[in-house]
Amino acid sequence: MMLHDTIAAALDAPLFPEAAAAPPPALQPGAAAAERPGTPGAPSGGGGASIVLRDVSRVFPARGGDAPVAALDSISIAIPQGEIYGVIGRSGAGKSTLIRTINGLERPTGGDVVVDGVAINRLGDAALRDQRRRIGMIFQHFNLLSSRSAFDNVALPLELAGLSRKAIGEKVLGLLDLVGLADKKDRYPIELSGGQKQRVGIARALATDPRVLLSDEATSALDPETTRSILRLLAEVNARLGVTIVLITHEMTVIKEICHRVGVIEAGRIIEEGLVCEVFAHPRTTTARAFIGSLPGREVPPALAGRLRADPAGAAQTVLRLTLTGAAAGQPLVTRLARELGIDICLLGGQIDSIGALPFALLYVGVPAGAWAGGPLRARLEAAGATTEVIGHV
Amino acid sequence: MSDWISPAILNLIVGSTLETLYMVAVAALIGTLAGLPLGIFLATSGKGELFEAVAVNRVLGVVVNATRSTPFIILVVAIIPLTRLIAGTSIGTTAAIVPLALAATPFIARIVEAAIREVDQGLVEASLAMGATPLQIVRKVLIPEALPGLVLGVTLAIVSLLSNSAMVGAVGGGGLGDLGIRYGYQRFMPEVMLLVVVVLIILVQAVQSLGETLARRVNRRVRRL
Repeated sequence: MMLHDTIAAALDAPLFPEAAAAPPPALQPGAAAAERPGTPGAPSGGGGASIVLRDVSRVFPARGGDAPVAALDSISIAIPQGEIYGVIGRSGAGKSTLIRTINGLERPTGGDVVVDGVAINRLGDAALRDQRRRIGMIFQHFNLLSSRSAFDNVALPLELAGLSRKAIGEKVLGLLDLVGLADKKDRYPIELSGGQKQRVGIARALATDPRVLLSDEATSALDPETTRSILRLLAEVNARLGVTIVLITHEMTVIKEICHRVGVIEAGRIIEEGLVCEVFAHPRTTTARAFIGSLPGREVPPALAGRLRADPAGAAQTVLRLTLTGAAAGQPLVTRLARELGIDICLLGGQIDSIGALPFALLYVGVPAGAWAGGPLRARLEAAGATTEVIGHV
Repeated sequence: MSDWISPAILNLIVGSTLETLYMVAVAALIGTLAGLPLGIFLATSGKGELFEAVAVNRVLGVVVNATRSTPFIILVVAIIPLTRLIAGTSIGTTAAIVPLALAATPFIARIVEAAIREVDQGLVEASLAMGATPLQIVRKVLIPEALPGLVLGVTLAIVSLLSNSAMVGAVGGGGLGDLGIRYGYQRFMPEVMLLVVVVLIILVQAVQSLGETLARRVNRRVRRL
């Protein structure tokens, strides 16, 4: 039965339709990709698994006069092994349902969910339990057993798998060490901070050496600093163990911080997908733009926004939003153009950051009105790899 | 005290106390052994739950409610044929255990059900995600997590058994309650009645504090100082 599904799934469609059409080299996270085992195209060195969702739908039947609800509407995603894939969406967009189809907590009403060649949604109970041991999961509210110490919480999946007490002991200590909680092994969840609880959650999820780690809003209940430390740990786990990570979140910082690729989900559909730096530089949908705009430093500075006019007549300056990624962000572009074109460029706001391993700059600049309308400025900017957008006039 | 209460009466009280303890202990044990799985099943067999069996759940619910709504003294006499079948006789302390256990079972089942339902559903989900079987979830997650509530529930059931045991004098069950009625009330010996009540109060206090201590000890949801 299981073998059958595996073969059927493998024959149905190519595993990575997207991997074939490789992204432009300039946008590929260079350094990170080289180090990361299991990057698309690179030989697989780690223990990650590939995940393919093919036309996955989940329709909740009509209830009490309400029409049936399609929580997922023909979603197709291909996640190569070793990747960190983020799904971002507002609450109710379907991201929770989506991540639950990957370990079969939610059964799709249509389509297939294939993890490492096994069609999860077609498995019987026993085979599904077997597969679930190879898919770890962490949760927003940690879901630790209050009746068990940190050690015993991490030991639980190993007990369920029937390991000997001795084997469990060695394994658990190693895992607690990995997440930096070796000294807290006898503490109960009530005695741990949120970040420590999530570390126990991560150790527990990794206990059975899974090839996939699902993260269900794992940092949403944590403060920004703890969030960063948990995300760093996840990135480390991904790099060190090669575990494929699928995470869902409503926070763009999470995507920015550790994801390689991102899918934007809305009303049960993936409306935009791509490498994180790509989506950041060129968001195509208003939802993606809204999420990116929610990051600190991304908005038009309020003082500037108040002065902006749409009508260029009589304005002294044209206000541009420049987006630079990768090599473009590293150049002294603004000063060079100012010098070479003999114009003044006024810096009005913005942010310089890195996304994945790539430098990323978003700048609000004011240029003389004449220089934009007629001059070579635009061509020079675009030649240097900047995306330009006129947002108004002052 | 000796000129107020004769040694004979004192002997009666000691004997009755032992009878009560015997009846209540055995009935509590049987009630727990039967009520625990019944309660767990009631808590996990609803729609979309671990052991989904909606029809069985509903039937059991009705049976449990029916047993619980029958006044205990009526239950005692109504099940005399069953008692005779199980205990070989329908009279005496051992025979009285049958109705006591029968009344305790649904009571404990409902308490267990409530305690199990209190367990965070997220833990069940996390266990399923780990590949746990439903039985493993019951054993390793639901029971340990609900343990403080279960201990308090059984404590409550024992206290209610102590009170029920006063009624089994109707079938010659003996015990403290019976002593109180026969000597204290029917033979106009208020001091016996008083002693019976005092002993019962002490028993209830002891059971209650023991239960609370135990529940506290197994409760890991509160920070220890």
